[in-house]
Amino acid sequence: MTSLIFEQSQNGRRAHAQIPQQIENSLDLAANLLRQDKPTLPEVSELQVVRHFSRLSQRNFSIDTNFYPLGSCTMKYNPRGVHRLAFLEGFLLHHPLSLEQDSQGFLACLYELQEMLKTVTGMHAVSLTPMAGAQGEFAGVAMIRAYHKSRGDHARVEMLVPDAAHGTNPASAVQCGFKVKEIPTDSNGNVDLNALQKAVGPQTAGIMLTNPSTLGVFEQQILEISKIIHDVGGMLYYDGANFNAIMGKVRPGDMGFNVVHLNLHKTFATPHGGGGPGSGPVAACPKLAPFLPTPMVAKEDMSYRWLTEKDCPETIGRLSTFMGNAGILLRAYMYARLLGREGMQRVAEFASLNANYLLARLTAAGFTPAYAGRRASHEFIITLRNEAKTLSITALDVAKRLLDYGFHAPTMYFPLLVPECLLIEPTETESKEILDAFADTLIQIIQEAQTNPELVKQAPHTLPVRRLDEVKAARELDLVYVKPGEKNSEKKAVVQNTGT
Amino acid sequence: MPFIPHTNEDTQAMLATIGIQKIDDLFNEIPNTLLTADLTSIPSGLSEMELSRLMHARAKQDGGKLCFIGAGAYEHHIPAAVWEIASRGEFLTAYTPYQAEASQGTLQLLYEYQTMMASLMGMELSNASLYDGASALAEAVLMAARLSNKKEKPAILVPRNLHPHYRQVLQSIVGQQDIDLLELDYDSKTGKISVESLTAFADRKLTALIIPQPNFFGGIEEVDALSNWAHEHAVLCIAVVNPIAMALLKPPGQWGKQGADIACGEGQPLGIPLASGGPYYGFLCSRKSFARQMPGRIVGRTVDSEGKTGFVLTLQAREQHIRRAKATSNICTNQGLMVTASTIHMSLLGPAGLRQVALACHHNATLLAKKLQDIVGIKPVFPAPFFHELVIRLPKPSSEVLQKLAKLDIQGGYALNTHYPELGETLLICATETKSAVEIEFLATSLRETLS
Amino acid sequence: MSNVPKKLRYTASHEWVRQDEDLFTVGITDHAQCMLGDLVYAELPELETSFDNGQECAVLESVKAAADVYSPISGEIVEINEAVIENPQLINEDPYGKGWLFRIRPFDPAGAQLLSADQYSKQLASEAH
Repeated sequence: MTSLIFEQSQNGRRAHAQIPQQIENSLDLAANLLRQDKPTLPEVSELQVVRHFSRLSQRNFSIDTNFYPLGSCTMKYNPRGVHRLAFLEGFLLHHPLSLEQDSQGFLACLYELQEMLKTVTGMHAVSLTPMAGAQGEFAGVAMIRAYHKSRGDHARVEMLVPDAAHGTNPASAVQCGFKVKEIPTDSNGNVDLNALQKAVGPQTAGIMLTNPSTLGVFEQQILEISKIIHDVGGMLYYDGANFNAIMGKVRPGDMGFNVVHLNLHKTFATPHGGGGPGSGPVAACPKLAPFLPTPMVAKEDMSYRWLTEKDCPETIGRLSTFMGNAGILLRAYMYARLLGREGMQRVAEFASLNANYLLARLTAAGFTPAYAGRRASHEFIITLRNEAKTLSITALDVAKRLLDYGFHAPTMYFPLLVPECLLIEPTETESKEILDAFADTLIQIIQEAQTNPELVKQAPHTLPVRRLDEVKAARELDLVYVKPGEKNSEKKAVVQNTGT
Repeated sequence: MPFIPHTNEDTQAMLATIGIQKIDDLFNEIPNTLLTADLTSIPSGLSEMELSRLMHARAKQDGGKLCFIGAGAYEHHIPAAVWEIASRGEFLTAYTPYQAEASQGTLQLLYEYQTMMASLMGMELSNASLYDGASALAEAVLMAARLSNKKEKPAILVPRNLHPHYRQVLQSIVGQQDIDLLELDYDSKTGKISVESLTAFADRKLTALIIPQPNFFGGIEEVDALSNWAHEHAVLCIAVVNPIAMALLKPPGQWGKQGADIACGEGQPLGIPLASGGPYYGFLCSRKSFARQMPGRIVGRTVDSEGKTGFVLTLQAREQHIRRAKATSNICTNQGLMVTASTIHMSLLGPAGLRQVALACHHNATLLAKKLQDIVGIKPVFPAPFFHELVIRLPKPSSEVLQKLAKLDIQGGYALNTHYPELGETLLICATETKSAVEIEFLATSLRETLS
Repeated sequence: MSNVPKKLRYTASHEWVRQDEDLFTVGITDHAQCMLGDLVYAELPELETSFDNGQECAVLESVKAAADVYSPISGEIVEINEAVIENPQLINEDPYGKGWLFRIRPFDPAGAQLLSADQYSKQLASEAH
């Protein structure tokens, strides 16, 4: 394994080219305000740093190097040109608190992105500030809460969430002070309308839905659901995680949704970065628009300006220090400009084509789709429940064996409703050959499970590590490196030398 | 069409396998009444070359300024290696390390980051990042509320000399739950929090006291006295700090007799460019005993089935994908790429280098203050010491001064009139290590001219 | 097939209960520990706190789940099993013995509404489809 960078440190070693000139000055700071010890940062040369982190990068799977069919995450190609242009100095060195007149280039991009997102969602107004899907959800739910409060309606204490929903949905609702009630899903993968009808009432603030749902199928009764909720005075929230399946085909606004969040790091191809940054802009119908989080961007004549709390007195407020994940918004804007209307139209078409093709190949090979007979959206679920019984292998085993073949595993065990499930989303940027190779590999793994089961059950075999002991990690917490012989965060007696 | 590799032959073959005639059939489960999307108002697609032309023009509109604005986002030298490596495809286009065996690069990097950040803060534990400094503070407050044993409604003391945007974000996020946010004014002479002002709250059952270091005005707080007061009154101490400053100033874990309980702040100064305000990242550190109340992802070291060292996401049972409605937070995606860059940055600077940067910032701000004081009409509002930024009072309206400086392509600072009207016409002005003596002189001369 | 000792009583939410004079000793069943997987952490109630019948009073954490433990009766906590805080594996290894969680003094012992071993076994059988 690659040793920790701390283990490669040598006392007094440094990357001289990166350190500013030493200044001989007496400090005007009292001793009790000053740091006396040395923090645990590596003392290494520049080459050591470059080599260490380059080597680490080689121990990762990524879209650039591997097919990554992680369901619900939309792992499509992250365009390089977009990343390079985001690094133009005029954007990179631009301070967020610059005067408006010095921010027109940036504001123009944001304004146009707002407009494009209004168009694709069919909504009335957009705020780009939430920094991830979860923050977008928080904003949307907070807006619903503010709306009811503004009408003097304090009875609306419950938020409805399908039992198949992503965990961020109920978590966000609770963060906004709501009680969560779960609505069951029927055997076709749709929300149970009877259960829904029984669950609504004057206490219903709204419902949070994804469409297509987390089960990979289109919620066909969405207009009925919308009516049930609206009839009791509730609002509909759209979780945009699966927007890649319907962009350019269906608009959430037309389905009856009142507030929508999009995941730009999914649908708009911004880089996933090893776990973020994301971006979760939120779009609203006219009733909820006054509550959108600030700041937003307005256009007046030919110039752009910020909309703040002064312009939006009913806003739920600011959610980030500045303008959310600004650089991600720029990248999403550029991606949308590269695609244009024709390209955007084809995203959902080819995402669905790829998903349905893969589903067809796997079904023909004997795998069990969770919702046979239903059209896949941009993703689908296969359940390995039969294989678990007959071959004693689990979805986890299959996922780990896929890694040996250079494929990142699909999403496992989500949604929670389907046992031993794999949620597979190929995205539109993958070719037919890759899909065939993936299908062939899954078929091969099932054969291995029959002829040489340990190969599957003990996988992965070819990666930097074998299966990791997660129980040990949770029982014996080792979360920071401590130099042998030192106690964690022990005050060290070493007085800092400035520039040896 | 960009990024879609299918040829006509591919498409036909795939349609045949699926058993349908045309692509539109893929959407036949969707009621016709809903297939109404209209993209007409979206402009036609551009080639990369055309996009480049457009973006160069837009970037040029905003570029080429000499920046003396701080106020929560700071310009520092970022070694070229930082983004060369962070932009490697294996880091840039990987996702959350759900399959630990296939993500040892990211996971080990996060473990190294946790080590560096915890140590920089003088604390025992760090998570793998939150969205930004302000939302990290909101999460810190929610964490303190969960940790507090009191039956009463949680009450948090929020100083007015904490960044105004952080206070707004606290209101937006924490305000959704049953938690009181109480305002604590600053001493008008020093710009700092006085222990005397705390005594007014001695009888109130407080949950936490937020202490910024430095404060929004650049001033350096008496953190020992403040954190000791908190602990003497059974109040949790939440530190909000600038990470570069922590290489020079005493870090939260060493404040007072017991150290701060939770430390958070904005990680941007460590290798993240200004970039119009984001993406940045929030760091959150605490005592080890608070681990199960810490929101966000945490990486732990363990072994594999052959006894080899490896890294995994741990304590996931607290997170939304398992605990759902009872999770510590709703956070899922965090700021992985920014943490990657920051870790490389901290590795390049090392402890001596980071301290050197802090010293250079302090030196430049002191030099700036001296030059400005020599200008007739300009007064620093609060006394030294300060770290890399300070507040000056102007004899003319701040907006007018900023406009005149803007004509010389100088961004003279951040006007505080909106957030602190009681201070009059003021600018918060910052000089990090990136400013040369010549540039500081240029600012001073230009200011003198605008005021004459 | 999970172990369901005859002498104990049970709740529908997979707790077991043993009456020791005026106290109820409470833990989770073999079925529950199996579903949770290797336990990594136990958060037990504070002494002298009171809970209603069916109220959440403890949380057990494994790598893949965090499960609430519900009080089987209204009463006050008089004792907790420190051993499982030190060593949560005890709950997996010996759920009915060393893996006990807490002791509660019921406000109304006669009012207990618990399942017999047979009733609980029937419930487990119907849950497994």
